[in-house]
Amino acid sequence: MEVAIVKYNAGNIYSVVNALKRLGITPTLTDDAELLAKADRVLFPGQGEASTAMAYLKDHQLDKVICNLKQPVLGICIGQQLMCQHSEEGNTDCLGIFPLKVKRFVPEHHCDKVPQMGWNSIHDLKTPLFTSVCEGDFIYNVHSFYVPHNSEFTIATCDYIRPYSAALNKDNFYATQFHPEKSGSVGEQILRNFLEL
Amino acid sequence: MLAKRIIPCLDVKDGMTVKGTNFVNLRTAGDPVELGKAYSENGADELCFLDITASFEGRKTFTDMVSRVAAEINIPFTVGGGIQEIHDVERLLSAGADKVSINSAAIYNPSLIDEIAMHFGSQVIVCAIDARNDADGWHCYTKGGRQRQELGLFDWAHEAQERGAGEILFTSMDHDGVKLGFANEALAQLADHLSIPIIASGGAGKMTHFREAFTQGHADAALAASVFHFGEIGIPELKQYLKDENISIRI
Repeated sequence: MEVAIVKYNAGNIYSVVNALKRLGITPTLTDDAELLAKADRVLFPGQGEASTAMAYLKDHQLDKVICNLKQPVLGICIGQQLMCQHSEEGNTDCLGIFPLKVKRFVPEHHCDKVPQMGWNSIHDLKTPLFTSVCEGDFIYNVHSFYVPHNSEFTIATCDYIRPYSAALNKDNFYATQFHPEKSGSVGEQILRNFLEL
Repeated sequence: MLAKRIIPCLDVKDGMTVKGTNFVNLRTAGDPVELGKAYSENGADELCFLDITASFEGRKTFTDMVSRVAAEINIPFTVGGGIQEIHDVERLLSAGADKVSINSAAIYNPSLIDEIAMHFGSQVIVCAIDARNDADGWHCYTKGGRQRQELGLFDWAHEAQERGAGEILFTSMDHDGVKLGFANEALAQLADHLSIPIIASGGAGKMTHFREAFTQGHADAALAASVFHFGEIGIPELKQYLKDENISIRI
């Protein structure tokens, strides 16, 4: 199986590469439109700032390339946020694959620290991306922005300050706010499921 | 609900884990990668690898070990010890570390925090603070606890947050290695006044100490070394105990 990872200016992709290697896959890290289009699976991970990442994607014409992908695609963290319509981070127009808005966490109590950093549980799991994953299983998060729950596209919810979308799906596009590559055996199962979609 | 984190810390010297009592008398305790993997499989929420000799001997942390950890372990880990400049951070993150812990270098050159935050984001910066409750209050110490600074713990923690640190790892030198519990009062003062997560370090001896770090110290995470390395506390038992005590924990 050919697995490609979108190469752009938002690290950390090393942990995704390592996680795939543990599953016996050696991914190709590329920003080449042709290589991305012909891969069996494409991952769009990253950590970073939305407006800078989006500007890079546009400069390298990767915005159109990503939107036109037909195979299963998995966005992770900032990848998920960039696949939405708009992000409050840097007031950025994003790829628009999911017609959703990305919002900033606003603390309601002192104990609500932003970013959310650490393990939280996921619920209301839908689609084969979560095969063999249990309601309430824990996944690892590091983020200050989130996608509100949406009845059409949300395939997993998480609660931090308010319920939000831990994962999204539309056609061949999947995305997680959390980091499956850092979420222990649960994350490994989710990545395995993605490869088997 | 966000879970409180349990973080075994592996102090590394010459590629082996060690743990001292009050920062001296080091005892050897095993291979860091194997140990890290075992902890991860046992339910550790995160790992921390500190090259404890680096900051005063000027050695760089072992990048190869970081790469091995990143290849074999599927939970987040922090690497620290001897980070002096942005290039050290870049090297360690490129090797696969999720976060870097900076200690002395940040006190000597506070703008290092701003610089790392700008290049890699706040989420990669753990500002480690070694402090002691001296007669004139809590003071920061550098060079592995050897050199007292006039800088106060609370002022420095606040400044580190303002400059862009993502977390504070507070080690009480008075409590470290003594196994009588964490510095819960100082921890609570940090946790209640800062908006970034606080990791409690120094003093774990019993399972109740972890509970107190969360309930009294309001810590977001608790870090320990020897109680885990020498098998005095098992992570699965600890996490079950904390869960039974109604603390939000990942089992």
